[in-house]
Amino acid sequence: MRLVNQAIPKLDGLALTAGQGAYTDDLATQNGCLVVKVLRSPHPFARILSIKKDTASKVNGVECILTWEDVPQIRYTLAGQSYPEPSPYDRYILEQVVRYVGDPVAIVAGRDEVCVDKALRMLKVKYQLLDPVLDFERALDNPSVIHPESDYHNNVPIGGDPARNLLASGCDAEGDLEGELARCDLVVDRTYYTKANAQAMMETFRTYTYLDHNGRLNVVTSTQVPFHCRRIIAHALGISPAMVRVVKPRIGGGFGAKQTLVSELFPALVTLRTGKPAKIVYTRQESFQASNSRHQMRVRVRMGATRDGIVRAVEVDALSNAGAYGEHASTTVGLTGHKSIPLYAKANAFRFAYQVVYTNTMAGGAFRGYGATQGCFAVESAANELAEKLGIDPAQLRLLNIPREGEVMPAYYHEPLSSSRLPDCIRRGMELIGWAEKYPRIRVSDHLVRGVGMALTMQGSGISGVDTATATIKLNDDGFYTLMIGATDMGTGCDTILAQMAAEVLHCPLEWVTVDGVDTDHSPFDTGSYASSTTYVTGTAVVNACTDLVGQIAREGARLLGIPVERAEFDGEGVLDTAHPEARISLAQIAQDLVVGTGTRWLTATASHCSPTSPPPLMAGFAEVEVDLETGACRVVDYVGVVDCGTVINKNLARVQAEGGIAQGIGMALLEDVNYDAHGQMVNSSFMQYKIPTRADLPEIRVEFVESYEPTGPFGAKSIGEVVINTPAPAIAQAIHNACGVWVRSLPITGEKILQGLLEQQGDAL
Amino acid sequence: MKVKITLNGRLLNKHIPNDMMLLDFVRKYGALSVKRGCDTSNCGLCTVWVDGTPVLSCSYPAARADGRSVTTLEGVQEEAAEFSRYLVAQGAEQCGFCSPGFIMTVLAMRRELQNPTEEEIARYLAGNLCRCSGYTGQLRAIRAWLRDNQPGEEAAV
Repeated sequence: MRLVNQAIPKLDGLALTAGQGAYTDDLATQNGCLVVKVLRSPHPFARILSIKKDTASKVNGVECILTWEDVPQIRYTLAGQSYPEPSPYDRYILEQVVRYVGDPVAIVAGRDEVCVDKALRMLKVKYQLLDPVLDFERALDNPSVIHPESDYHNNVPIGGDPARNLLASGCDAEGDLEGELARCDLVVDRTYYTKANAQAMMETFRTYTYLDHNGRLNVVTSTQVPFHCRRIIAHALGISPAMVRVVKPRIGGGFGAKQTLVSELFPALVTLRTGKPAKIVYTRQESFQASNSRHQMRVRVRMGATRDGIVRAVEVDALSNAGAYGEHASTTVGLTGHKSIPLYAKANAFRFAYQVVYTNTMAGGAFRGYGATQGCFAVESAANELAEKLGIDPAQLRLLNIPREGEVMPAYYHEPLSSSRLPDCIRRGMELIGWAEKYPRIRVSDHLVRGVGMALTMQGSGISGVDTATATIKLNDDGFYTLMIGATDMGTGCDTILAQMAAEVLHCPLEWVTVDGVDTDHSPFDTGSYASSTTYVTGTAVVNACTDLVGQIAREGARLLGIPVERAEFDGEGVLDTAHPEARISLAQIAQDLVVGTGTRWLTATASHCSPTSPPPLMAGFAEVEVDLETGACRVVDYVGVVDCGTVINKNLARVQAEGGIAQGIGMALLEDVNYDAHGQMVNSSFMQYKIPTRADLPEIRVEFVESYEPTGPFGAKSIGEVVINTPAPAIAQAIHNACGVWVRSLPITGEKILQGLLEQQGDAL
Repeated sequence: MKVKITLNGRLLNKHIPNDMMLLDFVRKYGALSVKRGCDTSNCGLCTVWVDGTPVLSCSYPAARADGRSVTTLEGVQEEAAEFSRYLVAQGAEQCGFCSPGFIMTVLAMRRELQNPTEEEIARYLAGNLCRCSGYTGQLRAIRAWLRDNQPGEEAAV
């Protein structure tokens, strides 16, 4: 292939590295507008008794102050999901009740930051404090009910009971679990904890709004989901969707955070009220404290096996902390079991049960991995513990149990594993890390020990049977193409990989395809970039649209050449007569002829795609860590990821996705820890307190691809975006255990926890 | 207060609020490459040079730059483009939001360090966060760029 499976530079790379002002705030800065800020609740749970805003309103330059009494009281969800969203409608834009520290209380807009800050300080709010629920293990049936409101609404049943603080619950099971466990030679029963993590993309949430010459609300926003944005904004504001246009400029990272609306509605309200352009730019603290995060979870795993290492039964029981609102809560937890249990394909029985509860902490949301990450830590750690107890090499245990290509996976909605080279991923990873020489540990000095560990994972490729992508390809009058997409490039390079696919099908140079996206007024519908969908789902739409256009060009070329269409062949540069190859008409000529004179026909092709399956990309991750037995300090000295994402569309961009995902996974494993104090105040809402990995914290991450061919994917491709974040936590936990004997079952695995384990070991030994 | 700041070679004679930070000043006068990524001087996105020395413009009062020369990515486009080609060849710019600050620090590093070791590179750039790339692709780009652009004879002596 000329363009697919190559290392093509990102189309916008040189402009972005030259510092071009292409992001939301750059565009707003160029169009003077009101500054919008939000007064936020200092209390985790309270009823607002009064808000005194008359003095604040008099501050010179302040244009608009809005409180709960001034905004539409319409229940909605901020979750960027296809309608009808499974997330409950449990929010107002501003409400008389605040449910976490950071919940919005008032919106202030003014000429500049100085006057807005002054007005914010002058707003006097009286609260009636309510008893907050801060511990998610005590939320269920707590006397404090977080969502007692009568207009709480579910679009679809998700097993919730808000009166019990239960947002959702469910169970999926097959086979006789207890019977199978009883027949096993060995059963491990372990409980693991994962924390809330911040997506921490470099560009915080921000939105810029204005009314256009038709009086329509224009929303320029840093989002992964422009079409969901349009629908949700119109619903929450109680206006017609026809009055809303959403534009996505360049995005400074998302990682799922921007699959939820966060900053959009505040300036939108201000613009509607004042008629003036308005913008909000979240501070880093707001981004940490008043947006969304990975869901905190407790996951109990029971895994049973026969003496020879065949896993016969797996049970996953998850408790997820939704926080104050339910965005993505019922769906993230679903992946905890559905993306972890299927890797144990010899099991005769499985059971996956979950409960999701409300607490008075910041709402969870989408974060790369979306619940599969939490499930991977628990189930892969349990498999590692099981292997150790059985005295079987954990890599060998995986090779004995993983599903083979073509096998149906009962715990993955009975989908077949249509492509897999996972065994090769495992073997190659073992070679690269030096498994045979290093497993389980090597003593480096009297107090330094290195250990190795591993884990497997799978993700999906889009949301099967739900999410739709559309692509339109146009042949322009000058003989080049415009590819119109609704998928959102948020830095991942999807504009580039989709252009590669288009140019491959159209047999043309990449430069002949310009990519246009996303503007809800002219882009074709796409649910957005999430759920690892862009390469696989939008990619298929692009291939189908371009294939259609190739046929149309051949037909028009045949007509202009005066030959039967069967004899016409389009080679990218023009249409030729296969019987007389010297008779040909160039693409530029065809394009021109189609738009001049009578009988013209400007060529476009549009294809929508919704996949009935979600083929899993697969990965084997291997960690080598060094533990200091005197201090508990631990660092990752090597990390190897071997990935089967089907055909790699862009070798560079896929590699960087994998390296970046692994880095985030290492952060989650060792550093990243959203914590609250006893008053519900988040204590690490800055990069000083919430530590994401710097380059000094990471090894040089090593990634290789073992390419299977996915028959349902574009050019054989599956997804890459999310699968790469999952393996570090369990692989590192096992490597630490192998190095020093301590199992840490709660993330992040800090030096303190390791040292405490080491001291307990010494205590036991004495 | 009144300041005279040379921004990318252009002398600006401006009245500014006393507490204005350099980041807001340079963005106000068109240097949109400079980004704010945090409130606590931790991320490096806002890195610019004052008289050739990299500083975090988010916590550097504009008043302090009075009489000085401030350089942003807009002011070193050619030199930056030479390195950017290596970065883009790796796909390591990803979302691009941290790239301007990162590139300003990389260029400063080359001026300051001769043939830096991997550890020196990591240490010099540790204050420039990137959430997309995992840094490994950035390191490949830096290595290739340094390899292909060895200092001239004068520096090598």
